Amino acid sequence: MDLSLRFKAHIVTLLVLVALLLAWQLAVGGRGSVVKMDPEYAKLMGANATQGKSAMPGPLEVGTKLWQLLSDPFYDRGPNDKGIGIQLAYSVARVSLGYLLAALVAIPLGFLIGMSPLMNRALDPFIQVLKPISPLAWMPLALYTIKDSSLSAIFVIFICSLWPMLINTAFGVSTVRKDWINVAKTLELSPGRTARSVILPAAAPTILTGMRISIGIAWLVIVAAEMLVGGTGIGYFVWNEWNNLSITNVINSILLIGLVGMILDQLMGRIQRAVSYAE
Amino acid sequence: MIGPAMQQSFISVQGLAKRFPDPTGKGETNVFRDVWFNVVEGEFFCVIGHSGCGKSTILNILAGLDTPSDGVIVANGKHVAGPSLDRAVIFQGHALMPWMTARSNVELAVSSRHPDWTKAQIRDHAAKYLALVHLDQAMDKKPAQLSGGMRQRVGIARALAIEPKILLMDEPFSALDALTRGSLQDEVLDMRAKTSQTTFMITHDVDEAMLLADRILLMTNGPEARVAEIVENTLPKQRSRVDLHKHPNYYPLRNHLIEFLVTRSRELAGVGGAHLDVRNPIIVRPALGETTHALAPVGQEPSGQERKTDPRPSHTATA
Ligand SMILES: Nc1ncnc2c1ncn2[C@@H]1O[C@H](COP(=O)(O)OP(=O)(O)O)[C@@H](O)[C@H]1O
Ligand SMILES: [Mg+2]
Repeated sequence: MDLSLRFKAHIVTLLVLVALLLAWQLAVGGRGSVVKMDPEYAKLMGANATQGKSAMPGPLEVGTKLWQLLSDPFYDRGPNDKGIGIQLAYSVARVSLGYLLAALVAIPLGFLIGMSPLMNRALDPFIQVLKPISPLAWMPLALYTIKDSSLSAIFVIFICSLWPMLINTAFGVSTVRKDWINVAKTLELSPGRTARSVILPAAAPTILTGMRISIGIAWLVIVAAEMLVGGTGIGYFVWNEWNNLSITNVINSILLIGLVGMILDQLMGRIQRAVSYAE
Repeated sequence: MIGPAMQQSFISVQGLAKRFPDPTGKGETNVFRDVWFNVVEGEFFCVIGHSGCGKSTILNILAGLDTPSDGVIVANGKHVAGPSLDRAVIFQGHALMPWMTARSNVELAVSSRHPDWTKAQIRDHAAKYLALVHLDQAMDKKPAQLSGGMRQRVGIARALAIEPKILLMDEPFSALDALTRGSLQDEVLDMRAKTSQTTFMITHDVDEAMLLADRILLMTNGPEARVAEIVENTLPKQRSRVDLHKHPNYYPLRNHLIEFLVTRSRELAGVGGAHLDVRNPIIVRPALGETTHALAPVGQEPSGQERKTDPRPSHTATA
């Protein structure tokens, strides 16, 4: 029953995929009429545009290119020509570093805010003002103070991962069931032991929800940040391929950004399931 | 035999009061006030009263989890000023950590009581108490996988495993079905026979109090709740649920308690209880065909107050 449902779902997924690819192929492959076009723009878009054939590559073209990209992902031929695997690795490394730093700050600080009504009130204005700032708005300031584009990107990841983790940790800690705290008190557990054995596991599902939101945002932001700072990374790669007018590579990058984002999310989802508990 | 009242008091509650601000923000309301009573070492002490009279608040103050507005509690010679491993609490909701197995829940308590023990010692000790409440088979399950009764057993094992001087129970079985409740009451009887642990229990179940308690404290309705009287259990010490009701004192005792809950707890609330000597509550011993003499507690002359208890079983009373 459950198995057959899953099987049916797979079939439908496959059908939808085929339908999408077909539609794509038809949309770009059909010989449309020669559209009137700004001559400047036509020159920019190259021969295809003027021949009435869409400049948009079809699925086969993209697939072939993807195969090329993935069959040699880690080559390095100078600053402007690196394998897609290397570019993705740069992005993942920046995200991981910024994210980890954010966790190191957000979780202890969230504990403090969650445990202490005083700190909660005292720090709330800062959080309320800092939270809605677009992480990219920090970029110029980061570039000016840190003077290193790669570190600035990491800082931007740090700042955007911080808030969901901080707010969820504080919320999770402050809403730990009173009963469990009372048990810890009557057992005379030390504050450290209470934090480790009672509050942390009790709040872990909420904290992990924040961490999962954070990794999603971080992955969204890294692409934009790398477009700005350039040099390396998947964001830079997309922008560079756009400048090279390689729409095929742009589409492939989009696909890979989605895949890596999904893997990061699933990873956090696994950890989230591992720390969740049934009451 | 020396009656409990003649022995050294183990818990002494002196002039306890708890106030909360009124919802309007003006003034305060006493949930209860002027609460005085003593619990003797090894005694099973029950408190009965309607919901809202402050029973849980008294227990939480006794546990050190809450503070009184007035008055003090002395337990085992020391002022109660916070939670202590000497006073274990069995909570109404089992309050087990759901991310830990039954075993780990008990081990957490044991390791806190004996920080110097090895892992093996902690494990053995926890297993021993889980076996005591017949949970040897289910130790490695998490609370969500256990039935309500089994969870409460783990709660009992956790409390007993720290070998406290005083056991505090706040309506421990009220969330369970009648059958499970019965078997857990048997468990408590069994444990009492083995350890004669000083126990303070809140209940609103008259039968539970009669089965388990040595003495039963009756509280008037809140707010401004007060101690109405203390009832001594006149049933023999060795009790079993099966033939408890055959004892001649069963109905006098039961009727006395029910009558209190139905009418007197309300009549004695507020000004109706102005005559109560809250410092030396009347002690009542409901028994068949007897006029019960109100006995004064330790060091006091009998106050001369008397209460006649109704000797008729309830089914003949209605005939
Ligand atoms: N934090 C609080 N603020 C205001 N009133 C409270 C608070 N805690 C308890 N009360 C009141 O104290 C009374 C006694 O509560 P409780 O000790 O739980 O009674 P019981 O256990 O006998 O049912 C209740 O009427 C409740 O409304
Ligand atoms: Mg209560």
